Amino acid sequence: MEHVMEQIINGLQLGFMYALIALGYTMVYGVVQLINFAHGDVFMVGAFVGYFGFAVWGLPLPLAIVNAMVICAILGMVIEKIAYRPLRYAPKIAALISALGVSLFLEYFSSLKFVFGPDYRVVPRPIHEVHWHILGIPITNIQVMVIVVVLVMLLLLQLLIYRTRIGMAMRTVAVDHNAARLMGVNVDNTISLTFAIGSAFAALGGVLYAIAYPQIQPFMGIMPGLKAFTAAVLGGIGIIPGAVIGALIMGQVETLTAAFISSQLRDAIAFAILILVLLIRPTGILGRSQTEKV
Amino acid sequence: MPVLEVKNLSKNFGGLKAVNNFQLTMEEGEIVGLIGPNGAGKTTVFNLITGIYFPSAGTINFLGEQINGLPPFRICQKGIARTFQNIRLFKENTVLDNVRTVFHPRIKYGLLDALFRTPRFNAEEERVNREAMEFLAALNLADRSAHKASGLPYGDQRRLEIARSLACRPKLLILDEPAAGMNPNEVSRMVDLVRMIKEKFQLTILLIEHQMGMVMNLCERLVVMDFGQIIASGTPDEIRNNQMVLEAYLGKGATVA
Amino acid sequence: MKISRQTIMLLILAAAFFALVKGLQFAGVLNAYWQLVLDQALVTVIGALGLSLIYGFTGQFSLGHAAFYGLGAYTAGAIDIVYGNGNIIFFFVSILAGAALAGLVALLIGLPILRLRSDYLGIATLGFGIIVKVGMDNANKLIPVLGGATGMSGTPQTAHFDLIFILVLIIILLVRNFVFSTYGRACTSIREDEIAADIMGIDTTRFKVLAFVLGCSLAGLAGGIYAHRYPFLHPASFDFLKSFDFLLIVVLGGLGSMTGTIVTAIGWGFLMEVLRAVLGENFIDWRGVIYALILIVAIILRPQGLFSGKELGLLLPRPLQTGQGKERSHAGTGS
Repeated sequence: MEHVMEQIINGLQLGFMYALIALGYTMVYGVVQLINFAHGDVFMVGAFVGYFGFAVWGLPLPLAIVNAMVICAILGMVIEKIAYRPLRYAPKIAALISALGVSLFLEYFSSLKFVFGPDYRVVPRPIHEVHWHILGIPITNIQVMVIVVVLVMLLLLQLLIYRTRIGMAMRTVAVDHNAARLMGVNVDNTISLTFAIGSAFAALGGVLYAIAYPQIQPFMGIMPGLKAFTAAVLGGIGIIPGAVIGALIMGQVETLTAAFISSQLRDAIAFAILILVLLIRPTGILGRSQTEKV
Repeated sequence: MPVLEVKNLSKNFGGLKAVNNFQLTMEEGEIVGLIGPNGAGKTTVFNLITGIYFPSAGTINFLGEQINGLPPFRICQKGIARTFQNIRLFKENTVLDNVRTVFHPRIKYGLLDALFRTPRFNAEEERVNREAMEFLAALNLADRSAHKASGLPYGDQRRLEIARSLACRPKLLILDEPAAGMNPNEVSRMVDLVRMIKEKFQLTILLIEHQMGMVMNLCERLVVMDFGQIIASGTPDEIRNNQMVLEAYLGKGATVA
Repeated sequence: MKISRQTIMLLILAAAFFALVKGLQFAGVLNAYWQLVLDQALVTVIGALGLSLIYGFTGQFSLGHAAFYGLGAYTAGAIDIVYGNGNIIFFFVSILAGAALAGLVALLIGLPILRLRSDYLGIATLGFGIIVKVGMDNANKLIPVLGGATGMSGTPQTAHFDLIFILVLIIILLVRNFVFSTYGRACTSIREDEIAADIMGIDTTRFKVLAFVLGCSLAGLAGGIYAHRYPFLHPASFDFLKSFDFLLIVVLGGLGSMTGTIVTAIGWGFLMEVLRAVLGENFIDWRGVIYALILIVAIILRPQGLFSGKELGLLLPRPLQTGQGKERSHAGTGS
């Protein structure tokens, strides 16, 4: 039983980390209907910058995290401006291909020797890992940190989106670019900002990931990126609570499958569940059914 | 036997009764107009007849056979074709291909004939090309056959939609606001066109239209809807003087000037 | 049976291409290495034409094409290793078996998931691709010859340029014939407007599944040929990155253009190798970076793809007798 609880906590940690990445996917999809395949790689850059911050440049951990978030926010805006904005009114698939290009670019550029280099790096723990038993549940201080930090960020995001003018602008742009423009919303800036926020969340996810699973390399973003994206689709893409729910499910499925069924079948089962959910709810768990007006 | 017999048709969206207890019987060769204010449920009736929506209650019989519950493509193959309020052509395909596509259910060659271009394929494609061009010629679109559908001017697109639905060889043709956005001149040409195709292709026609000039001119019988229900039906003259209809359109207390 | 002028011209062009390759072989310009690059590019043409049918012509977004390519490769490879031992008849038997299995799996998975739309379909197929990849990684536990995560080696190398070239030519003709028939028209109508197609009498489910099954069978066929031209099969060669390769070939070529798919498949196959040759050993690390930049720049410059709206005249059917202008290609803009 304790083993089960331990795995559930592990799954919770993984799920919350996926949630951070999934939010970026879902927010960007909400405003520009683009599967931003480069998002997983922004997560990777976040992990590296965070690592350099606390392990190489000797910054205190919170500062290293903020630094990674700011750099990735800028990176996200630059990517949007260069690779997606010229294609905003082109067929949707063009921007998707561009996103694939950006993804490959970030991976290969990061692999160059004078950037991050192609090899695995072991990340030294910035905080000493402590094992606790809370109400009989085994948990580490890192897990507590991950879960608390993510919960706080989710709360801030919720406030941003539903309580501020910026959030209102984002929700407006998500409905209709032209209408938003006519209502005086600066669509370009709003989209830029959405990329910035999403990328900052991915960076935070990257740093936490590097602390929790202390090994990083330039291609590390691919799988978590895909999983987080899948989580966003599972919950209903474009819907923020959906991304969190999807990510938590994904985290549990993966950890429990690995622990009790087979670690090799982990990904297969996670994606099989995705397909099954989509067959029952074609637009995800919280997705609204899209009935086309005839 | 009536061509179309709709009985007690209802459709609810959540709590909204979009169509409530709708009745309609159409005899062969009739032109019936379905009119009413925006949001009265007219297009929903069309969507129910053509199988896009399942009725919440009621039956739809076409030539004596119940068709509600069939998928749209089956209903089309039985002989009901329609046009759309917001034009829905196969935009990137050519004008000719838009028409040829709908020949599909009546094409007499198989996949292998197509893959290996057998004589049967060639003969059948020749027939399809010839007949498709005839439909385009009937709607004065023959010289546009190689254009992309999306490149046509608005009026041509409307006519191409009609050509495409005629190529389905329907017995019942359903037109959803064929004269929307047209000026009086164009409307009167559309009236002539609908009369022409009705005679030439021996059609029964059901149409939604807001251009009163068109419905009053063209239809033998009108059915007026408001809030999902039929509020009046009769000849154009009867409808013109019906107090309920005036109220639906203009509000209570309206009179004919 | 009449053979159209277009077909004859196409065959002449093909013969010229064949003669050119033969000439280069004879002159010693085309060494074994570049021959392999060319042959694999031709194999990619077959697989990419499959995705072109599914996505370019029918509008069904698939991110799992490489899974079917892999299913074909493993099936054909395993059959030939176990039974064929390089017998040319078994080459054909095994590649057809590979195509058939890919098609069968496509039918089983396509029937339920083709109800999904655009991005949701893309993600479901992506997920299916990952499931197949996991299956390949663990396949040796059920069938040892498949090799599992360590890969499968020793597939008989029966395929060579002449054979591959003729197969590619046949496939191009068949795909052209499909596209310019009532089946092709039904497929493109679904791509343009699925609801309108349904209301106009097209059984949309049937044609989505048909295009998916045919397209995936072509991927399976391509995989089978690949297994006979490259002696080592590894699950990583058939993962989602390979699916993206097929996707970007079809999109960069221009959706709904066979010409675009064919040209881009060959060009893209050569790009990586040309970069390798040009960059030399000192700058080889830059290869992926430059490749990615070329991809981004290409799609920004030509978001509609290279050949969108165009088809080489040789691939079009005979012009209509009515004299009312020529037929056009089936270009689409994608969703």
